[in-house]
Amino acid sequence: MILIHCPYCDEKRPELEFTYAGEAHIARPADPSTLSDEEWERYLFIRANPKGRHNERWRHSFGCGRFFNAVRDTVTDKFETTYKAGEPRK
Amino acid sequence: MTRFSAFSLFANALSSHKKWPQHWPDAAPKASYDAIIVGAGGHGLGAAYYLASRYGITNVAVIEKGWLGGGNTGRNTTIIRSNYLYDESAHLYDHAVKLWDGLSQDINFNVMYSKRGVMMLAHNVHDVQSFKRHIHANRLNGVDNEWLTPEEAKAYCPPLSIDPGARYPVLGAALQRRGGTARHDSVAWGYARAAARLGVDIIQNCAVTGIRRGADGAIEGVETERGFIASKKVGVSAAGNTSVVMQMAGLDFPLESYPLQALVSEPVKPVFPCVVMSNTVHAYMSQSDKGELVIGAGTDQYVSYSQRGALHILEHNIAAICEIFPIFRRMRMLRTWGGIVDVTPDRSPILGKTPVKGLYVNCGWGTGGFKATPGAGDLLAYTMAKDEPHRINAPFNLDRFRNGRLIDEAAAAAVAH
Repeated sequence: MILIHCPYCDEKRPELEFTYAGEAHIARPADPSTLSDEEWERYLFIRANPKGRHNERWRHSFGCGRFFNAVRDTVTDKFETTYKAGEPRK
Repeated sequence: MTRFSAFSLFANALSSHKKWPQHWPDAAPKASYDAIIVGAGGHGLGAAYYLASRYGITNVAVIEKGWLGGGNTGRNTTIIRSNYLYDESAHLYDHAVKLWDGLSQDINFNVMYSKRGVMMLAHNVHDVQSFKRHIHANRLNGVDNEWLTPEEAKAYCPPLSIDPGARYPVLGAALQRRGGTARHDSVAWGYARAAARLGVDIIQNCAVTGIRRGADGAIEGVETERGFIASKKVGVSAAGNTSVVMQMAGLDFPLESYPLQALVSEPVKPVFPCVVMSNTVHAYMSQSDKGELVIGAGTDQYVSYSQRGALHILEHNIAAICEIFPIFRRMRMLRTWGGIVDVTPDRSPILGKTPVKGLYVNCGWGTGGFKATPGAGDLLAYTMAKDEPHRINAPFNLDRFRNGRLIDEAAAAAVAH
């Protein structure tokens, strides 16, 4: 089982305590009514889905309950780092 | 190449089966082709075969980065069914089931398609209502599906526990009798052999490293580990790696790749006569002709290309199987593995043209692509040959994520595909 470091609890805990929450740093449109169909498609559906380094969101559901971001390699599933929500992309 | 028949079997028995010829040659890439398929899984090989046999394009290459049928074609749980809710999906999957029917004769290779029936268990009132709705919708689309009481379900599949006190009580089941299983390796080998006989080059261990586009944006060919191969038509059928291949052409896709795990038990005598799926507890099972119980789980939660998954997913899966089929509680499991499935936001495939001229795509089958193998192959071949989609795959276009005409089977159909 993967061990994940929660940046809020500052502890490495088993994957079972966490919920994956998709790609990170996808900002909700500031002014939704002005968006074109292409921009909606990109926001809602298009994903990077990289083979390699992936910035993603996780939630420590069965711990502190907070969302944070992580960098994980999608080939080895190894976590490079985790950081608090709101911090710049690593 | 020998045609398989009772006579050829007898004749080769006289030489102790040591003189069977090669099924397909290990082709080296030519400088150019009329059409290239990226990915030698069942879908890609099927597309090559139908391009050559039905649509008259025989100068075709299938390019594969690993070995033939080594991706999801060799990793799935071989379930075939077409009991999907929406009209578009029912037509798409039933097109495949109709092709499964005559496939062994068509490609002269026994794919061991067995119509043993696919039974989906209802464990609560919501399941009962939703399955009955599915049954009516299916029958209006000419897809067989019928409702079974718990006793009828037990009679159809004796290992099933219908004890009302069970943790997951069985309130009934939906049965598609035409559903069943086929041997996955045979599908890849059979299509490869039949396609090679028609002149298709199957090039293994040759990863695509780039897609070359001309000044007008149209496809000119693919860069590979073994050099540039020219072609005006390229069909990508690369399952979990589709995002990676499409980015070579400068296209971002609405896909995410997840690991999906399966496992088999030690082989035992015939004990399990059909396929049983339980979407509520996320488990499905059948018995292979070799005797192993073949069990499938749900996807892992995170995006990955690792072709392996977490143990706790399997543990959850096995716990559900033991509740529904208590007779298997002491069964030993032999091996587990994972495949990488490409999932679309609406859980329906993308099969058709792309914004790049000459580039076609067949992807997004998620956790349920095997059942569609002949249909997807045929429709990709049709789309490439005519440069327009068949009316069956026209709704499964890439534009639906822009115009909102989603085919949202995720909410309406079975969770496990």
